[in-house]
Amino acid sequence: MSNTTVTVEGPVGREFDPGEPLLSVRNIVQEFESRGPGGVKEGVVHAVSDVSFDLMPGETLGIVGETGSGKSTLARAVIQVERPKSGTVMFQGRDLTTVRHRDLKKVWANFQMVYQDPFGSLNPRWRIEDVIAEPLVSHTRLTAGQRRERVRELLELVGLRPETYLRRRPMELSGGQAQRVAIARAIALDPAVIICDEAISSLDVLIQAQVINLFETLRRELGLSYLFIAHDLATVKQVSDRVGVLYLGQLAEIGPSEEIYGAPRHPYTKALLDSVPGLDPETGVAKRPVTLKGDVPSPLDPPSGCRFRTRCPLAQDVCAERAPVLEDMGPGHQVSCHFPLDDQGLPTRGHPLSRQALDVATG
Amino acid sequence: MSLLRTPVDQLQPTAVTDGGPVLSVDDLRVTFTRHGRRIHAVKGVSFEVQRGRMLAIIGESGSGKSVTVRALMGLLPPSAQVSGSAVLDGRQLVGMSDKQMRQVRGMKISMIFQDPARSLNPTMSVGAQISEAVRTHQQVSRQQVADRVLELLRLVRMPAPEKRVHQFPHQLSGGMRQRVVIAIALASEPDVLIADEATTALDVTTQAQIMDLLVDLRERLGTAVVMISHDLGLAASYADEVMVMYAGQVVERAPTQTLFSNVRMPYTQALVEAIPQIAHPSHTLLSVVGGHPPDPSHPVQGCPFRPRCARADDDCLAAPPLTMHEPDHAYACWHPVGGPGTPATAGLAVGHRGDMS
Repeated sequence: MSNTTVTVEGPVGREFDPGEPLLSVRNIVQEFESRGPGGVKEGVVHAVSDVSFDLMPGETLGIVGETGSGKSTLARAVIQVERPKSGTVMFQGRDLTTVRHRDLKKVWANFQMVYQDPFGSLNPRWRIEDVIAEPLVSHTRLTAGQRRERVRELLELVGLRPETYLRRRPMELSGGQAQRVAIARAIALDPAVIICDEAISSLDVLIQAQVINLFETLRRELGLSYLFIAHDLATVKQVSDRVGVLYLGQLAEIGPSEEIYGAPRHPYTKALLDSVPGLDPETGVAKRPVTLKGDVPSPLDPPSGCRFRTRCPLAQDVCAERAPVLEDMGPGHQVSCHFPLDDQGLPTRGHPLSRQALDVATG
Repeated sequence: MSLLRTPVDQLQPTAVTDGGPVLSVDDLRVTFTRHGRRIHAVKGVSFEVQRGRMLAIIGESGSGKSVTVRALMGLLPPSAQVSGSAVLDGRQLVGMSDKQMRQVRGMKISMIFQDPARSLNPTMSVGAQISEAVRTHQQVSRQQVADRVLELLRLVRMPAPEKRVHQFPHQLSGGMRQRVVIAIALASEPDVLIADEATTALDVTTQAQIMDLLVDLRERLGTAVVMISHDLGLAASYADEVMVMYAGQVVERAPTQTLFSNVRMPYTQALVEAIPQIAHPSHTLLSVVGGHPPDPSHPVQGCPFRPRCARADDDCLAAPPLTMHEPDHAYACWHPVGGPGTPATAGLAVGHRGDMS
């Protein structure tokens, strides 16, 4: 199919067989050279190490992890903003890692990013109509009149009245309104995938809820797929079909969000969930977080074996000796741990704290 | 006695007795004049904080929560007019000269901010920055300063404190930087520590560590903590008391458990319902209220939440005062959630209002 003239009739994603992944990412590795004072080579930052996942049409895949876990680097490597060191990204039958740079512009019409700071991604001197029309100018052959029509349609889609907002400039908008404009611009070309990089993190609670609902409405109406990157686990749960948990550039666990949140298999996933302060809106009872000790180790020198072992409350000798590999825990659910947790959150496979070991010890 | 206690003869006389409030704010008002127009940013806020307690002030951007605490710290621009009363350890903060304020700020009341990187000097080592804070408030020998710096770093549970003293902010993680900022804030053992969105920029795991530290300091040193946050879950998990602000006013205030088990103010209810929940199935829509907080230069008549409130009727054109309607539970609403006076039963509202006020 042709990408050069993205028509406004239908989203690209709909033309795919729902059984086939829209985006198939395999073994992505991204590394950067780190240089100290005077340009002396210090070492290699292992930002993303061997990450694979599929994104299905119409699906939302959440990516969670702490600062420095490689969430944003992974997204940038997938869409080739920075070419990954190795790995493949299959999209529409092509491996994006082999697409020449000058052809990437056509590919990028299918991938749109929404960032944390909406004002940082909108030109302060432009009027809203021009901000939203810009991708239409450079990627489509629409006439000026058709573009104006499309801009009005997009503003209505994101819940802003065209009459009120067309002539405004970004500085005359609130944070929530500016994020809506950024979203209108992102969906202007009917992309297949929207990548949200902490897209709602800087918004107030009530505005955040409005924008989450907008993403949800657009997903239903336009059949969009999302790669939803955020550090807020509850938000990711709210929007995602599946969730991948990144730690120091590796996938610790990936699977259906109900399973990841309901019965996490990786001790890191469990620790992340335990550190979320919660409030049950029905009872008003708060859940006091349980603290995970320590900081994320430096990606310049990741720990041997399992990268989480230095902070893992369950780490054994084997965790330092051998790196665990992702293994299947159920349909679409994979975990990378020598002692994956059972439904009660206890380790398995002969770990000294496993249920069997505890049963033996207590007779 | 550890170096951490200021020698008794250097202590300011205090009017604090056990159980009494260490900070008591009464009818605090802040007005700015911008382009010849008066903007009422804080409209009569009153609260008290007891020693060793944690108060959370909750609200959206522009609700006046940060302006309130900045007024206490004397950190507002000269164009701000502050009135009302704020008594810290028996001393009136409102109307204090800059010179007097400098003796109180950092000494009796300290503040930590959202972005630890911006609170620290990138060109000074961690040790130098903490010693500066120690020396500003006390005349002590060089060795005593060095000891005190290490002691403060241990107090904030900094890993490998001897090593950190010589490091620079860029060599530390976000969580460690915030620990340094807290160490500086605690250098003179303030009675009140204000944390303005102090964990918002941090990861959940680091956030939990820093909140644990604040709770621990509150218990060990008896410091009163005022945390400002937009995160209701965080406030509910850690604070002893919660105060919800909207458009420069306090709209609901109660001990944490009381408030969240019995939310009365529709605005607080909207905040609670708008939080994404892990318990929600994927793709469920959140319940949202439309609109925006009122523009402070164009105040709303009556209840400030009225234009966005589903329960609002003509009663709400008269501003509801913050009233202690239930034991320990104050709210400013004519038609509270869970009480009579929903739009469907509006006829009951007048009687209800008469009974309660």
